[in-house]
Amino acid sequence: MTTSNSLVYLIALPLAGALILLLAGRRADKWGHLLGTAMSAGSFAVGLYQLNEMLARSTEERAVGQKLFTWISVGTFNIDAGLLLDQLSICFVLLITGVGTLIHIYSISYMSHDENRRRFFAYLNLFIASMLLLVLGDSYLNLYVGWEGVGLASYLLIGFWNQKPAYATASKKAFVMNRIGDMGLSLAIMIAFASLGSVSFSGVEEASHHASEAALTGIGIMLLVAAAGKSAQFPLQAWLGDAMAGPTPVSALIHAATMVTAGVYLIVRSNFIFDAAPTAQLLVVIVGAITLLFGALVGTAKDDIKKALAASTMSQIGYMILAAGLGPAGYAFAIMHLLTHGFFKAGMFLGAGSVMHGMNDEVNMRRYGALRKFMPITFITFGLGYLAIIGVPPFAGFYSKDLIIETAFNAGGLKGILLGSTTLLGAAITAFYMTRVMVLTFTSPKRWDDNQHPHESPILMWLPMAILAIGSVTTGFLFTKGDALANWINPVFGDHGDHHEEHLLEPIVVSGMALTAVLIGVGIALAKYQFSEVDAEAPQNVSIFTRIARKDLMQDSINEALFMRPGQALTSGLVKTDDLVIDGTVRLVGRTAIGAGSELRKTQTGFARSYAVLILIGAIALIAGIWVVTQ
Amino acid sequence: MNPYNYLYVSALLFTIGAVGVVLRRNAIVVFMCVELMLNAANLTLVTFARINGSLEGQVVAFFTMVVAACEVVVGLAIIVAIYRSRRSASVDDASLLKR
Repeated sequence: MTTSNSLVYLIALPLAGALILLLAGRRADKWGHLLGTAMSAGSFAVGLYQLNEMLARSTEERAVGQKLFTWISVGTFNIDAGLLLDQLSICFVLLITGVGTLIHIYSISYMSHDENRRRFFAYLNLFIASMLLLVLGDSYLNLYVGWEGVGLASYLLIGFWNQKPAYATASKKAFVMNRIGDMGLSLAIMIAFASLGSVSFSGVEEASHHASEAALTGIGIMLLVAAAGKSAQFPLQAWLGDAMAGPTPVSALIHAATMVTAGVYLIVRSNFIFDAAPTAQLLVVIVGAITLLFGALVGTAKDDIKKALAASTMSQIGYMILAAGLGPAGYAFAIMHLLTHGFFKAGMFLGAGSVMHGMNDEVNMRRYGALRKFMPITFITFGLGYLAIIGVPPFAGFYSKDLIIETAFNAGGLKGILLGSTTLLGAAITAFYMTRVMVLTFTSPKRWDDNQHPHESPILMWLPMAILAIGSVTTGFLFTKGDALANWINPVFGDHGDHHEEHLLEPIVVSGMALTAVLIGVGIALAKYQFSEVDAEAPQNVSIFTRIARKDLMQDSINEALFMRPGQALTSGLVKTDDLVIDGTVRLVGRTAIGAGSELRKTQTGFARSYAVLILIGAIALIAGIWVVTQ
Repeated sequence: MNPYNYLYVSALLFTIGAVGVVLRRNAIVVFMCVELMLNAANLTLVTFARINGSLEGQVVAFFTMVVAACEVVVGLAIIVAIYRSRRSASVDDASLLKR
């Protein structure tokens, strides 16, 4: 493999930024945000340089590696801290550093009134460094370090305004649910080491060719648990909505564009495991399908603009996971949707932040309306992202989502029809709830009161939004032109591009069906919200289904009933057992001694003659005893 | 004379001594009863020495007398000290140990 000495700078720059900003403390307040942004931009520049180098090499030699140091060396077990940059990781590197830098720039303005802005940038840099380590690690163990790092950064940033107890709780919830996923990843690594004898990607791939399917299925399922935790997939999805407690740039970067897609990366990176373990692969598809509908349904009922977008993120990642579960046919499309989603969803989150910025941090869409006139740039950039996510040609989402729907239909047999219909239904619901967001925010009559003074955001905020909007318009076209992205990425999967044998449906038919679904969704939303009155307060006399959807399809109630309450009952039961059985025994010994003592004490009268009697009786008893025994 | 008669006398003396220790309150009388029990034991030792035709019993009797003499010295000193502080020689009055 080609080696390169400059890979480490990708991670070192933002890591140095984070360390300097955290260690310098208040002294860095004046220039901290600039340093943070510069470090992220520098990392992006290194990424572009690497891409340029990579393009110059032939397909077989594109992957580059760099050994940093020997991490663990025990007998025959050797793990190097090494980096691997191939066609798959470079996509992520550019997405993370590119979108990351834009969001750094946005945050300079968005967080300008926050006295802890320097700390915010330190955490953002820490996140960028961890996320890059995650996608650049050349073994599962290196990936794990980055995996934990992004979890930490996510926790710190969700709870950035932890003076509000609800926000602190939200960060704790995200952390705890992520731990479940992390446990899956560590178990996967352990199984891989025990059964395959290696934890590096190349070593595991090598060993997977002659490993038992049971072991691979075990690894696959554990990896799926890990992906579900990090990517907010069913059944570990409940933390993402609450994670919106973090500042909006965080939601855009971590909980839309990059960190939550780490699960997709993990599955695509582990393609050799899932290809050899059909059961695990099927579970991946099922999880993706459930989540894409789950998120979409939750999205229809949310009045909080960020939570609606979060539900949409969950649903879109469901699409990616589903595509990743479809095997070699879907990997490239999963990554493509991930990249386009990174652009349009980050852009829309930044748009939501811009709206909140102009509306005194109001997040309830029922208090918005008619903002098109007051925030034209936000309206246009958000609108382009909106057209991209619902899949209107020629915007990015149309290409990437259409390919996933098509691949789902072509998965073959009943499975293909079921998955295809699910993705189509998801597309219709996506169109509905995104139109709802759009209409409630920008085009319906105004519902805010007169002490609100909505205004357009400064250039530092709308410029990143504009760049992301351009990305949401163009990327789909660019990626699919001559199958550019698929041809670029597929060599990573050892793929030969010969899986186009049978089509259930022609691409044009799928596109037609998808567009019809989108039109239906948009139509219903327009009829319901644009052409009829919307209350500024959420109506309470609604159907049971709306109620359930507003409560996130009861996800918290179910978690509480299934895990929290039994867990609490178990702990309180154990405490009681400890108190009764263990402490009880100890206390019983003590009480017996005290009781026996206080009873025996009564024989001590203090009269010398009674002692004499006792001695006499004792002596007689002793003699009588000896006499009886010896007779 | 049948040496076993000495044993009966010894048992009688011991019983008188024991009953005196338990029933009498005056410390001096109790003390004398203790001496009576010691002498009963001495008599038994000497009697068995005679019956068995060996000297060990008589030697032990001498030791007992020596120990009894020492005991009298200490015991009488205690009784006199108690009498001085409490103006009473009753063993029941000196019952402070129960508290």
